[in-house]
Amino acid sequence: MSGHEQFAEDLALYALNTLEGEDRANLEEHLATCSACRLELEQLRGDGALLALSVMGPKPPQRARQRLLDAVAKDAAQAPTLSQKARKHGPPSARRSWWSVLGWAATAAVIVFAASLWKENAALKQSLASASAQATQSTRELDDLRRIAAPLMAPEAQRVTLVAMKTPPQPQGKAFYLRNRSSLLFVANNMPALPSQKAYELWLIPMQGAPIPAGMFKPDAHGSATVVNPPLPAGMEAKAFAITVENEAGATTPTMPIVMMGTGE
Amino acid sequence: MKSGDQSAMAELYDRYSSVVYAVALRVLGDTGAAEDVLQEVFLQLWRNPGAFDAARGSLGAWLAVITRNRAIDALRRRRPETDIEDVIVSVAPDLAGEADRSRAAEKVRGVMGSMPAPQRSALEMAYFEGMSHSEIANKTGEPLGTIKTRIRSGLMALRKAFQG
Repeated sequence: MSGHEQFAEDLALYALNTLEGEDRANLEEHLATCSACRLELEQLRGDGALLALSVMGPKPPQRARQRLLDAVAKDAAQAPTLSQKARKHGPPSARRSWWSVLGWAATAAVIVFAASLWKENAALKQSLASASAQATQSTRELDDLRRIAAPLMAPEAQRVTLVAMKTPPQPQGKAFYLRNRSSLLFVANNMPALPSQKAYELWLIPMQGAPIPAGMFKPDAHGSATVVNPPLPAGMEAKAFAITVENEAGATTPTMPIVMMGTGE
Repeated sequence: MKSGDQSAMAELYDRYSSVVYAVALRVLGDTGAAEDVLQEVFLQLWRNPGAFDAARGSLGAWLAVITRNRAIDALRRRRPETDIEDVIVSVAPDLAGEADRSRAAEKVRGVMGSMPAPQRSALEMAYFEGMSHSEIANKTGEPLGTIKTRIRSGLMALRKAFQG
């Protein structure tokens, strides 16, 4: 770690959360670009963990166990609806894992499984993004699809959104997904406009594993948008679809909060 | 919400609650406060299972670090400093089993015991009291640079004990 000797001691303090002020700001700036130091930081935290793990002490009081399990059961029973949770946990927790929004969807054993699935999925996405470019839809099916999609895509098509009388228009999206053809059509209405460098991203939420990007869109002047046949891994069973706001280039993992979501009818 | 998920949580609690409680109690010195941190840490894990990256290391070590950090924050009456998702902990020894953890703990106590007293005390002040190097320097009357070096050397001594 010759080039980083100057940071070696500060890294140790940072690992213990005791580095402050300018030293800390300088180190954080360095860490943003130095993976070797980030790795050393992890190891220093591990060294500290050894110290924590060596502490001897009494076992916690028996009541603490039940107290926790009661709190967990209460949490599970509440299972708030998605929009409620999104409102409750708004922007400040934008960096929270998406798991917390969908709720505890796995046992402890599956935590490990999901972590490895995530990595597997990333590799899968990469290879399938290129494979889907050579999709095996027949020309005729493609033509059919184009014909069906034409009214949605053509700028001169008249767009009408019907809402119940005396209600203001609400953002609405509808996804039509054919799993065996990895074919997706998504139509949105009354979507709020976004700042210039932002766009909406559609996600396919599989039965297990990380959300899969399913296309970017920006609403037109009327708040309408469509997504037609984005590249998707073959045969993905969809538990739900969701929409987040991302930078125009798109993201590979959703940025909280989820702004819209739906499961099958 | 399946009841199986809750029993998985119970299992995690049974396996790791003594580590979490012991660390919290060591830092806070108060059983009530330690119990609160214990609740907080496990509830956070329940609500945020994705925060722990299983591919990167031992859950016990990760929990120990999270607990220590939260307890220090409580001790010093600070808002929690970091999102638990930012915390990645790499630990060399395999700490999966109770026996492994006991052995590791014994080894650590051995290393700490044979460390020069000023080094041990600087490391303990930083680790269990969350004192900054300047606070330690003020308390001990030693130069800042010396304290920084002691803390780093202390951590490296622990690391070396588990290498090779």
